Amino acid sequence: MAPKVGVVTFPGSLDDVDARRAVRIAGAEPVALWHGDHDLQGVDAIVLPGGFSYGDYLRCGAIARFAPIMTEVVAAANAGVPVLGICNGFQILCESHLLPGALIRNDHRTFVCRDQQLVIENASTAWTSDYTAGQTVTVPLKNGEGGFVADAATLDALEGEGRVVARYVGGNPNGSLRDIAGITNERGNVVGLMPHPEHAVEELTGPGTEGLGFFTSALTALVAR
Amino acid sequence: MPRVIVDVMPKPEILDPQGKAVHGALPRLGFHGITDVRQGKRFELEVDTTDEATLAEVAKVAETLLSNPVIEDYTVRVEG
Repeated sequence: MAPKVGVVTFPGSLDDVDARRAVRIAGAEPVALWHGDHDLQGVDAIVLPGGFSYGDYLRCGAIARFAPIMTEVVAAANAGVPVLGICNGFQILCESHLLPGALIRNDHRTFVCRDQQLVIENASTAWTSDYTAGQTVTVPLKNGEGGFVADAATLDALEGEGRVVARYVGGNPNGSLRDIAGITNERGNVVGLMPHPEHAVEELTGPGTEGLGFFTSALTALVAR
Repeated sequence: MPRVIVDVMPKPEILDPQGKAVHGALPRLGFHGITDVRQGKRFELEVDTTDEATLAEVAKVAETLLSNPVIEDYTVRVEG
């Protein structure tokens, strides 16, 4: 039976359907999860999708962090279940303290929407094992508040421990410190990523299929378990 | 009914693009005496009393929800 990957829909989520589609194309069974439930429906991995949960009121992800299902998501993440936060999902993971740092408004103050080249630096997380370290991929990027910030000690620790998962190549699109596009936790099961791999899983509807590896990686990790 | 004010400001070392945008607009409006602008948030919390326990609770609210300690500082004060 194919592993089940849950995708949480918050009020204001935009990319939940695309994320479920990416999960399906990768070969897993997508499961729609609802923010208001206290039920992960037995999923083997979880995706927090992009969008504007709760209207981005207060701070991006600040209210979603306290959604009922986040109790179960945080517990699952701490138990080693693979969790991927994309864009708004990354913001929610930071607000939940599952990942360090925070995402602030783009330094140039405009929304950015473009195909973005990334270099995968850590290919040993639950979500990047199907890539090779140093590989470059192109996936869409679309955010208004995608500037990753943390204090220097945190940034040094992330780099020193190999926890920078992906970095921007060919120009920093949002002012992220040290060009960081994605990070992971110490265990490597929780990954936050500002760009959108779920929009690069089919030739017809994206810049290519180089985002699919994030989803097949989780499948590989789950099957091997 | 007493009111408690929570001010939340981006930490000094954190870039504040909104404050920069406001500052950038000032010369266009003919205001030239302002050298920098930082933008924050003000929350007005209505409370029954301002005893120690209530203020401790407000501080907890400010720390866990109203601000993100990674990027913001907050202050709590009783109005009046």
